[in-house]
Amino acid sequence: MTTMTLLQAVNSGLKDIMQDDDRVVVFGEDVGINGGVFRATEGLTKQYGEERCFDTPLAESGIIGVAIGMALYGMRPVPEIQFADFIFPAFDQIVSEAAKMRYRSGGEFTCPMVIRTPYGGGIRGGHYHSQSPEAYFCHTPGLKVVVPSTPYDAKGLLISSIRDEDPVLFLEPKRIYRSTKQDVPEGVYEVPLGKARIARAGKDVTIVTFGAMVSICEKAAEDAAAKGMDVEIVDLRTLLPLDEEAILTSVAKTGRLVVVQEAPRFCSFGGEISAIVAEKAIEYLQAPILRVAGFDTPFPYSLEHVYMPDAKRVLAAVERAVNF
Amino acid sequence: MATVKSKAKPKPKAKAAAVRRPKSPSAKVAAATKSKSAPAVASKRAMSKPSKNVLVPRGAPRTDDAPWSVLRADGTALPGRDPKLAPELMLRMYRAMTLIRALDGRMLILQRQGRIGFWGPTRGQEGATIASCAAFEDRDWILPALREGGCALYRGFSLTELVAQTIGNALDRVKGRQMPCHYSFKEGNYVAMSSVIGTQIPHAVGVALGAKTRGDDVVAAGYMGDGATSSSDFHVAMNFGAVSKAPVVFICQNNQWAISVPIEKQTVSSTIAVKAVAYGMEGVRVDGNDVLAVYSATKRAVDKARAGGGPTFLELLTFRVLGHSSSDDPTRYRDESCVKEWEAKDPIVRFRRYLESRKLWNQALEDELDGQHQAAISQAIKAAEAAPAVPTATIVDDVYATVPAHLKEQLRRTLDDLGG
Repeated sequence: MTTMTLLQAVNSGLKDIMQDDDRVVVFGEDVGINGGVFRATEGLTKQYGEERCFDTPLAESGIIGVAIGMALYGMRPVPEIQFADFIFPAFDQIVSEAAKMRYRSGGEFTCPMVIRTPYGGGIRGGHYHSQSPEAYFCHTPGLKVVVPSTPYDAKGLLISSIRDEDPVLFLEPKRIYRSTKQDVPEGVYEVPLGKARIARAGKDVTIVTFGAMVSICEKAAEDAAAKGMDVEIVDLRTLLPLDEEAILTSVAKTGRLVVVQEAPRFCSFGGEISAIVAEKAIEYLQAPILRVAGFDTPFPYSLEHVYMPDAKRVLAAVERAVNF
Repeated sequence: MATVKSKAKPKPKAKAAAVRRPKSPSAKVAAATKSKSAPAVASKRAMSKPSKNVLVPRGAPRTDDAPWSVLRADGTALPGRDPKLAPELMLRMYRAMTLIRALDGRMLILQRQGRIGFWGPTRGQEGATIASCAAFEDRDWILPALREGGCALYRGFSLTELVAQTIGNALDRVKGRQMPCHYSFKEGNYVAMSSVIGTQIPHAVGVALGAKTRGDDVVAAGYMGDGATSSSDFHVAMNFGAVSKAPVVFICQNNQWAISVPIEKQTVSSTIAVKAVAYGMEGVRVDGNDVLAVYSATKRAVDKARAGGGPTFLELLTFRVLGHSSSDDPTRYRDESCVKEWEAKDPIVRFRRYLESRKLWNQALEDELDGQHQAAISQAIKAAEAAPAVPTATIVDDVYATVPAHLKEQLRRTLDDLGG
């Protein structure tokens, strides 16, 4: 065990899986000698050589398009998109190509690859270094979408993703890259995809959330506890395929649901959670399903603190649910 | 052949060519570029030591030349250009070309009869399609666009499976998931394509890099049409391929039409081949209706890639004789008199004349071959149409390696609602 930040856990995961599986190659913008703008790929080129970790020309559709070709050939590419905000030039390659390859070829060709990308706000990044684009990708059959919230999960989920037979979008909550440390095992280990985690057990209200919002919700839960409300937090870890059972089990117990996300509210992932619970667990609900989300605006720079859900807004939603 | 050399150590000859042709600004740029600012992609060694059995076009870098050709219209070879290919190879190519022409005729009838929904014909491009893929080894990978189905057949894809794909039934390898002409042929290293234009070009670079990383002796073919050269993926693939020195050959079938849009509206570049210069890559313009020219140029590019010389861009100048597809009516947007001009340059007729002049072919063999093709296609149609429909439950297969719970549930509920 070593105490690591989430960022160090990602780096450790890459190092260990590259040792374990020589099909794994890492590439993207600035990931080589520079080790990535956040240093997630630090030391990989030195340890494994430029054939296994290399810088690419600056074109996201090229990074993903080339990764698809490598995956078709039998490699396990782990391309990095420097910020999730820059992923859209590669949208076509991800959505039309990687996600559909297995289906459109009748299972003859597949694209096992992991697209790592830092996402989310709270770092004063403005429009283009802050967004949470998960909903676009969760609307795409054939993709898996994974979001860790702790160092332990980050490494285990990353390794599981790289070993998975399907393309995975691995969203890294950059706001908490360095904010907390946790004991992380050395060597490879897996945290299974498609399984949520109960980050906190409680009986009055269920909060469903993921990524950087988990720690915000934990703070809100502390504040709620001080006011006599017992909050349960479901950390989804994998958004697609979703662990519906974990959500429905929790809601059946608490009878109340608050969904928390950074992304804009309209047509968002939180909307899908709400719909699933409304369809399958309405008999348990004692209050309307509430969503705490970003604004339906472009991500603002100066008013970031207003845009981003914080513990106060989450607590207010918990109170509304309990007092309905 | 208009050869555009990337490693622009400007020879006096090259400069002279550029100066002589002021309407080609790219050539000027190429000639003026100092070697230190041009990526050293095209290996001089590979370029100067080509395959022994293929004649290599030579000459100063010129970009708006008439395309490189070997055969005259009467089927005789230009002096010193005949690559003298093995008779078996040439006859194999000829059989494949005539098969896909026969197939076009039959499948268009099936479409008009409502027995299949769509057909994208190859007519007029059989030489470019077959002679280019014939220059690769079977272990090499093909990333096709719409009109390369013939490459799959050339590599052994069965006619029955091809027809079944156009029907989309249980014999279809892709399980009825795609429109006709979107084949998949794993054993032939022929990758299932999407309908999105240009996306397969970076895949070819990735396949090539995968092979290079593993130390495999494998080259990738990235096919595209002229329309795709306007796409962003064309640019990223050309650049990635050149920078990484990937063993890939980019092959553009310039049939001069992207549905209704002519090449003049696609680009005002003097040729497509010249675009390779800016990527530090060799670009070659070839008469796409000349089987021996296409084979020679492609073989040279494949050999270069295999020897570590990096990518080459080939522009195969040809013509789309029919509409874009069975859904298209070209009389809406072009004067069909241009078709006559190109029918006179028919790749099959030209190659047949050559084979006849070599005493490798005659009318009796032609009649026999046509009978064989028609019988084989009839048999394939019969076998394919006899196959059952795609089982309903397969709708949720192959989305992921294993069917996830939510898809199982969707299938179960839908079947319940439909009454089983």
